Amino acid sequence: MTAQLEYPDVQDSDALLSIQGLWKVFGPKAQRVPRRPELAALDRSALHAKTGCTAAVRDLSFDVAPGEVFVVMGLSGSGKSTLVRCLTRLIEPTAGSLIFEGEDLVTADEKRLRALRRSKFSMVFQHFGLLPHRKVIDNVSYGLEVRGESKPDRRRRAQEVIDLVGLRGNEQLYPEQLSGGMQQRVGLARALANDPDVLLFDEPFSALDPLIRREMQNEVGRLHREVGKTMVFITHDLTEALKLGDRILLMRDGAAVQLGTGDELVGAPADDYVRDFVRDVPRADVLTLRWIARDPRPDEVLDGPELGPDVLVREATRLVLESDRPVKVVEGGQLLGVIGDEEILAVVADPADSHWSARPSDRPAT
Amino acid sequence: MAAITSDVQVEVRRPRRSVVIGVLLVAWVAAYFLLSGIHTLPLGGQETTGFHRWLTEHRDAVGAGNLVFDAIRAAVDNIVVLLQNVLSQPSYGRPVPVIGWLGVVAASAYLAWAFGNWKVALLTAAGLGFVGLQGLWQESMDTLALTIAAVLLSLLVAIPLGIWAGLSNRAFKVATLVLDLMQTLPTFVYLAPLTLFFAIGPAAATIATLIYAAPPAVRLTAHAIRNVPPESVEASRSLGSTRGQTLTKVLLPMSRSTVVVGINQTIMAALSMVTVAALIDAPGLGQTVLKALQTLDVGVAFNAGLAIVVIAIVLDRVTTAAGDRPWRTASVRRKILLGAGGVGVLVAIWFSRTYVWAAEFPTDVNLGARIAVLAADVTTWVQDVFGGLTYGVRDAVTLGVLNPLEALLTGSPWWLVGAVVVAIAAVLGRWKAAVPAVVCIGLLVGTGVWQDSMITLASTLLATIVVVAVGLTLGVWAGRNRRVDLVIRPILDAGQTMPPFVYLVPFLALFGTSRFTAIAAAVVYAVPVTVKIVADGIKAVPVATVEAATSVGSSSWQVISKVQLPVARRAITLAVNQGLIYVLAMVVVGGLVGAGALGYDVAAGFAQSELYGKGLAAGAAIVLLGVLLDRITQAAAPKPHGKGEKQ
Repeated sequence: MTAQLEYPDVQDSDALLSIQGLWKVFGPKAQRVPRRPELAALDRSALHAKTGCTAAVRDLSFDVAPGEVFVVMGLSGSGKSTLVRCLTRLIEPTAGSLIFEGEDLVTADEKRLRALRRSKFSMVFQHFGLLPHRKVIDNVSYGLEVRGESKPDRRRRAQEVIDLVGLRGNEQLYPEQLSGGMQQRVGLARALANDPDVLLFDEPFSALDPLIRREMQNEVGRLHREVGKTMVFITHDLTEALKLGDRILLMRDGAAVQLGTGDELVGAPADDYVRDFVRDVPRADVLTLRWIARDPRPDEVLDGPELGPDVLVREATRLVLESDRPVKVVEGGQLLGVIGDEEILAVVADPADSHWSARPSDRPAT
Repeated sequence: MAAITSDVQVEVRRPRRSVVIGVLLVAWVAAYFLLSGIHTLPLGGQETTGFHRWLTEHRDAVGAGNLVFDAIRAAVDNIVVLLQNVLSQPSYGRPVPVIGWLGVVAASAYLAWAFGNWKVALLTAAGLGFVGLQGLWQESMDTLALTIAAVLLSLLVAIPLGIWAGLSNRAFKVATLVLDLMQTLPTFVYLAPLTLFFAIGPAAATIATLIYAAPPAVRLTAHAIRNVPPESVEASRSLGSTRGQTLTKVLLPMSRSTVVVGINQTIMAALSMVTVAALIDAPGLGQTVLKALQTLDVGVAFNAGLAIVVIAIVLDRVTTAAGDRPWRTASVRRKILLGAGGVGVLVAIWFSRTYVWAAEFPTDVNLGARIAVLAADVTTWVQDVFGGLTYGVRDAVTLGVLNPLEALLTGSPWWLVGAVVVAIAAVLGRWKAAVPAVVCIGLLVGTGVWQDSMITLASTLLATIVVVAVGLTLGVWAGRNRRVDLVIRPILDAGQTMPPFVYLVPFLALFGTSRFTAIAAAVVYAVPVTVKIVADGIKAVPVATVEAATSVGSSSWQVISKVQLPVARRAITLAVNQGLIYVLAMVVVGGLVGAGALGYDVAAGFAQSELYGKGLAAGAAIVLLGVLLDRITQAAAPKPHGKGEKQ
């Protein structure tokens, strides 16, 4: 483990989905790896050399709160796609537990698992995973069909979600007749059709053009606001992660490196790997005033304008620069600190590779 | 890591291998001059060994009265007779089949239209009309009845097996192993033991055919299922589908077009085997060709061969069109037309049951006789004009290459040949090739037909060398040039769909009966598959790799020799391997036109009951040669790189 993470105490949390000590090891006699501490401690190449096994997910624990967009980020090969497949046991985890609404999915039998997949979880895939021999409407209603709903019912429901994702008018087309972005809308509609509690996204937009990708990201944001589903979102794109994620889990070689909100990752990277990862992010777009406020100097007059701590630096720039007095950062009537021109400029005009590191005056609550 | 070390090994080993083999061959020739004529294990044409007589004696003991085999035979016989009654033979107290020619043509064209398109429907009607005009309607329908029976039974077994192998890794491994082995068994080898169990006739022919025709359907079904994009399967599972739902709603529909390709190959294989099964008294066009070949009547053989080709083309085009049909469901207009067409077919069938003109194909236009006469005339003309040339080529190759090679193989002591073969196998593939080589050589000696095996081996090696040379040249050309590929491929396809018998006819006309004729026919039979595999291998070389080589200023020849051939090496080894197997598969057919040796032994075994055991042993010897050559060529292939390459 490269970073010490503080996990919330699962027993007390009101998490919808709680992952505890999850392992997925590929290779011969995989079970022994999580069980034996001396094997579990080995890094990727040492483990492979010694056992022939590869740990795609190693000892992950985290909670996903109801309604949250939880992003798992990492480079290819970091185990994030394996992780998301473990969540509904499309891939069997090697060890650990998956607590969903108080029930451990790892111990669920085939039938129970099917029932959960039919009503509680849905997944959106990187290459869409559509069925080329079915029309759009039949693709969307597939999940309803396998759970045995009547044809009129599933038609009606499919039409609803088709309208919701903006596919109206394409119902009778086949997937191959649609563009990539539209195909992924079909994937999205199919996932929404059976009204799941949790939506799992496996790099859903990485096969799309940048413009379409942005459009689809906005679409997911809109859907999240409208239907309020809990989402677990896998991506290798930091911008996407910061844009969509309430919280972000950064993975490397199957293990967690850092878990936090976007501004925490940018403002307080846990180690050099994370720092390197977030190096090119425009900080002013991510950091809030909370991260750059400082204690007022004794000679300062505290009658400048007031701003909340969660205002983005970018949004505050004009006001701070135009004001001839430091701007006060106030939360609940309490003064957290002040911000002058030099603090703002340090962020806005920050050369990307400087080793600037913020120390928040008050860590945002997680 | 693994990739690097194996590359290094190959670099070091390659020159050494060829030197060692060269030294071996030179030493062999030297030893031949000292030792020729001793321990050559000769066996005359009518001579048999104790083992052969033992086999002959036990033929009846195994075959007759076995309840299981008799039951299978009776069941298959019933299906065949039923189909023959419907299509070809006088039946149920009537002098004509249940459905006359008009009904058959209408129904076939309708099916071709429903599953394919109107073009292949027209082709079907025209093709069937043509064979009718050739005066071969009944023979064609017999062939068709046998083919349909064999294909239906084949698919009944093959598709479930293919699905199983597609779903289970373990089943896939076993299936691949068994199918690979079956592919190395030349066609005729099935026939001999089958006659032991099922006697001769339509039932045995159908069983041989279904065994021969099943593998492509198994292989391609498994392949299709395994190649369904994993995300589609995961998507289905993630929505809570049961295994059955995933299979029927995702895997099978998405495999459809590949499975149809498998069915196509099964049909083509069945058709070619059904004609070849004339050797064990199967009725139909094969019988006509066989009889004509035996009497050297090139005209009649050509006429019947042409009918086989026409049927092959029709079946191939129709099933290909069926595989190409898009996913879309039929439009309302098409549904109405399909219904109307169905009614039309029923009317045609009714006509064909009611009126004699619609039941028996009219014989007024005897196109067949004219074709036969024309073919015979052309043959005579070709022999008159080119006889000197073709016979000259034949004699030059026979005297210059074939005879010395044959003398070396048959004249050396058997243990010397065995030692050289085992040594070569060891050099190429270490113990993995050497052990099978020892076993095969030992068993070959045991069959008692060692010398005939060596004669056959000489022809096979020569034919294979030619096949590889031609296959590489054409394959590289087609792989590099799209236009050439477009021109060559239909010809190759046509070549592959032609049953082996048909090849012999023109060569018989050109070269008379001789070993050379058989070699030439085998070359033509094996070239298409070789060219296709090489061309596909060359085409599969990444464009970027070729562009990179071109961009540093390589000449065409350098691109071919330094980039395309090395990258496509696995495909090329496979091509050599398949070329060998195809050549070997023609050995028995070649026996009919003067190649003698093992092919003749097998054919004689069918014909003369006292030679049955020897024929069976010769069949086994062909298999052993096949396994031996297959193991050695496989061993020479580069090993697939390890996981290290992925990094």
